[in-house]
Amino acid sequence: MADRRYTKTHEWVTVDGKHATIGITDFAQSQLGDVVFLELPSSGRKLTARETFGVVESVKAASDLYSPVAGRITEVNEKLASRPELINSDPYGEGWILKLDLAGDLPPDLLDETDYKKVTEASAH
Amino acid sequence: MVDFGGWEMPQQYTSIRDEHFAVRKVAGLFDVSHMGRFRIAGGSSLDFLQHLVTNDLGPLVHGQAQYNLLCNEGGGIIDDLVVYRGSEGFFAVVNASNRERDLKWMQEQAPPGIEIEDRTFELGLLAFQGPRAQELLPAEGLEDLPYFGFRGGDVAGIHALISRTGYTGEDGFELFINSDRVGEVWDAILERGQEAGVLPAGLGARDATRLEAALRLWGNDMDETVNPYEAGLGWTVKLGKGSFIGSDALQKIKAEGPRRTLIGLKTEAGNIARHGAAVMSGGKRAGVITSGTHSFFLGYPIALAMVEAGTFRVGDRVVVEVRGREAPAEVVKLPFYRGSARSAASPTRS
Repeated sequence: MADRRYTKTHEWVTVDGKHATIGITDFAQSQLGDVVFLELPSSGRKLTARETFGVVESVKAASDLYSPVAGRITEVNEKLASRPELINSDPYGEGWILKLDLAGDLPPDLLDETDYKKVTEASAH
Repeated sequence: MVDFGGWEMPQQYTSIRDEHFAVRKVAGLFDVSHMGRFRIAGGSSLDFLQHLVTNDLGPLVHGQAQYNLLCNEGGGIIDDLVVYRGSEGFFAVVNASNRERDLKWMQEQAPPGIEIEDRTFELGLLAFQGPRAQELLPAEGLEDLPYFGFRGGDVAGIHALISRTGYTGEDGFELFINSDRVGEVWDAILERGQEAGVLPAGLGARDATRLEAALRLWGNDMDETVNPYEAGLGWTVKLGKGSFIGSDALQKIKAEGPRRTLIGLKTEAGNIARHGAAVMSGGKRAGVITSGTHSFFLGYPIALAMVEAGTFRVGDRVVVEVRGREAPAEVVKLPFYRGSARSAASPTRS
């Protein structure tokens, strides 16, 4: 997907006008292994770019989640509470995590597909 | 792939959840070729091993294996291992991360005439584990092979040493096969079991199943600072068999009673207490988590904790550290789950 952008911390964001959807990447889910729990914020909370907004807990480890963009949370994926495995099975679709109303411009350090791939290739072994 | 004791191994082949369920409901196939494997032979190898390990190898007949510990002079656990008594000497299977250290330790203790040979790289080791393992293994005549018994035989037409042992709490087999043929046996087992739901299983499923069965993991639940009584493995220490490395110290520890003990904890969904996290009671630190994971099979997170002896009873409420915060936990009975394995230990367990 051409308009999906990525962070070095393995989140993704898609933007549609003022609305953004964020999640974690396929690479991230494969590295985490089976996700068992997500600790997520409530709607209405304001996030700055790169702010920690939650935790994804897999069998292997707990990892912080960082917001790729600044904005106010409009929706949290409620399905993840009962079906955290959606993060593994469909990280770019049903496994989305938050929707936000964007505040300001997109951070300049978001990566495109090609650059993100370089990041994953460097950290995979 | 993750690094595990210097070996590159898969955390999961497909999904830890699916692999874990396969082991509990049908059977799962693990590649455990990373485990260290030594052959110990020579005139007085029985006496030599009796001096090294805590359990009593005396009653073992040819074709029997036994869970064992290597302790240092102070009674601290150097490693846990399974010792096999064959017609041509002994075989020991040790933890991958300790292979070189164990080999050196054994060689240092060995009198002249004892041969210790590292066979790790010549033999592959597969573990086929689950309630339907015997039915689904492409091998004949294993109905009467007792738990912790082993014999030579063919698996999918390839010669193997077949041992009824494992690390999951389920019935099952560990298969020692020449490295150049082990891949064929792997494929044959998966092909034969495919329809029944047999899956290849990775380290994630291995850790979850061993933890549910409360089988200790060296490096997590025990190490040289922990003695067998603290680890709940006092049943492997046979002080009556005569003097062995650590026996004086262990005698004293047993007489005084261990200061610490391993307990089982259950937490609420999402609260996985990880290795090293604190256990609190009444606002005070009472111990530390040694292993913790989410049990897909049981549906909640479980953990082992090393705590002060005599402090907690089953049903007690404690507090554990999860992601830097406090979370409630309940002391539960061990094992967390009892699978199809016929006995939690070797036939010589007293």
